[in-house]
Amino acid sequence: MTMRWFYYAAPQTFYGLAGRLWPWLAAIAFALTLAGLWIGFALAPADAQQGEGYRIIFVHVPASWMSMVIYLAMAFWSVLGLTFNTRLSGMMTRALAPTGAMFAFLSLWTGALWGKPMWGTWWVWDARLTSELILFFLYLGYIALTSAIDDVRRADRAGALIAIVGAINVPIIYFSVKWWNTLHQGASVSLTRSPSMAQLMLWGMLLMALAMWAYTLAIVCYRVRTLIIERERHTDWVQALAEVAGANA
Amino acid sequence: MNAFFTLVVRDLRLAFRRKAEVLSGLFFFVVVAALFPLAIGPEAATLRHIGPGVLWVGALLASMLTLPRLFENDWRDGSLEHLVLSPQPLGLLVLGKIFAHWLVSGLPLVALAPLLGLQFDLPTDALGMLALSLLLGTPVLSCIGAIGAALTLGVRGGGVLIALLVLPLFVPVLVFGAGAVEALNSGLGAQAHISILLAMLLPAVCFSPWACSAALRIALE
Amino acid sequence: MSQLQVIALSCERGGRPLFAPQSFTLSPGQAMQIEGDNGSGKTSLLRMVCGLAPTASGEVRWGGQAIAQVRHAFLRDLLYLGHNLGLKDELSAVENLRVASVLAGHPVGHEQALQALQAQGLEARAHLPLRVLSQGQKRRVALARLHLSKARLWVLDEPFVALDTLAVHALQQVLQNHLLQDGLLLFTSHQAVDLGPSVQPWRLGA
Repeated sequence: MTMRWFYYAAPQTFYGLAGRLWPWLAAIAFALTLAGLWIGFALAPADAQQGEGYRIIFVHVPASWMSMVIYLAMAFWSVLGLTFNTRLSGMMTRALAPTGAMFAFLSLWTGALWGKPMWGTWWVWDARLTSELILFFLYLGYIALTSAIDDVRRADRAGALIAIVGAINVPIIYFSVKWWNTLHQGASVSLTRSPSMAQLMLWGMLLMALAMWAYTLAIVCYRVRTLIIERERHTDWVQALAEVAGANA
Repeated sequence: MNAFFTLVVRDLRLAFRRKAEVLSGLFFFVVVAALFPLAIGPEAATLRHIGPGVLWVGALLASMLTLPRLFENDWRDGSLEHLVLSPQPLGLLVLGKIFAHWLVSGLPLVALAPLLGLQFDLPTDALGMLALSLLLGTPVLSCIGAIGAALTLGVRGGGVLIALLVLPLFVPVLVFGAGAVEALNSGLGAQAHISILLAMLLPAVCFSPWACSAALRIALE
Repeated sequence: MSQLQVIALSCERGGRPLFAPQSFTLSPGQAMQIEGDNGSGKTSLLRMVCGLAPTASGEVRWGGQAIAQVRHAFLRDLLYLGHNLGLKDELSAVENLRVASVLAGHPVGHEQALQALQAQGLEARAHLPLRVLSQGQKRRVALARLHLSKARLWVLDEPFVALDTLAVHALQQVLQNHLLQDGLLLFTSHQAVDLGPSVQPWRLGA
């Protein structure tokens, strides 16, 4: 079992695997998105208190989940990378970061778009939204650090360390923001206390979450392939690839 | 332990012989604290309300300004390699450097903050709580900030990059530190805040030297 | 008796190997002079031997065990002098030497530090801040560490640079003494050095 994992940890093997996988993942993502959006915007009934506007949670909630899950995935690959010193771990973390940042940003925007018609303000210092904002900053920090360091190996390892330190801090940050919020705000405006979930709504959000998950896997496969070609460009197997040979010719 | 104290004394000596670098951080704190009343207006009630927060953010930014200095000089003149190649535990040596850095950059902020608090018309017990919360909070800032400083050694855009990396991680300390003074002012009592600050201080002191050592080895590769 | 073994060591820069895998053994009382053109990787090789730089392949063994395994013992026995001297400009020569000795695990007192500086002819400048010394004088302060060191393996990167003839002779003396006491020496130098018959030359590069 372990041998198979290490087999796929070699960039050359992963390149092939990712190449076969990503079109399927993209297709699944597309299909699930359609299904999720259909449930969210067509099938699910309008809410008694919030009307049609609440439908944005079908994007907001899955996006928040994804931004958290992706950060955990980055921390996971970072631990792997620092322990086993594999090149692929650094590439996976780098490939995950922009997508995670995008979902965090999407979550913040959809939160604002929800807030405006519901409570009249573009931004609320709700504990969840504030923690999401800080998570977004953590993503930006990782991306800034890895972009600023020229040496690829050092950049990967430094990024891995900050990702791990960030991951350890996320629960602490969430707890302190929650405390701060209950002290100052009172509990009135809470995006988490959405209308009581009908089965259908839960299904809709779940499908959207799975769609985003499939999308993430697809885009990460694609990005890692690009990173592999870039970093391993001096090896024979990369030079022999159809796409590279064609470009060189 | 001899190595720990030798390094602390060495860094303190270096700081005293390069006073300008140290004092600039303190002056920054004073200037920032003065900017807020200028921007918001001198109304006493408002100032009393925003005072603890402003002073805490000012202290945070001032500590952060001095972070690049922590390892930069050692890295440039080769003494960092010396530390890494020493048979003494690197974590202990790093802790010595962080401690010296706090003595020179953090502790003066603790002393200065109550004085600046007078400009915000804060009552005496609030000033005391401000000093106490900073006393517990500034070492945590030095510890977490050191990790950022170690990761960004010699990297372009160092100072701002450290800020981006480290400010989000400072949020819990800020919330409970400034919150302690708020709690005192509103009569709720700051026991919980102080306990939590202590609870953050101990793991920071234990975990940070280890993370810094890893970061320094990565930077030296 | 500890031996230094370098087995198939290579490193990469910019994705390309810098030199072919190097293997050699150094025994007590032996010295090795690494030669090579500029950019051939001499400094990288020395840094890999010290454990500062990551290896693309191969390993370094001290006393038969990988240095990663016996890190503490290895570092106790190692003295490394790189291009950057590791000295603080704001401290005096004596202060610098005393801190260095504490970090190396063998603290020395004021008197001993002064004696080491005397051996390098710097006792008149022992208490001045280093920034008023010339480059050559600073190098000699760094070399004064050799007098105080109890390390068995000395790894020196270009130790003879910026030294006048007198200082070169003095350094050769120190290194020869070290070898006579069963020390090991690994160094790089562009110039010809006379350390007796126990020096192996080693050429690096394509």
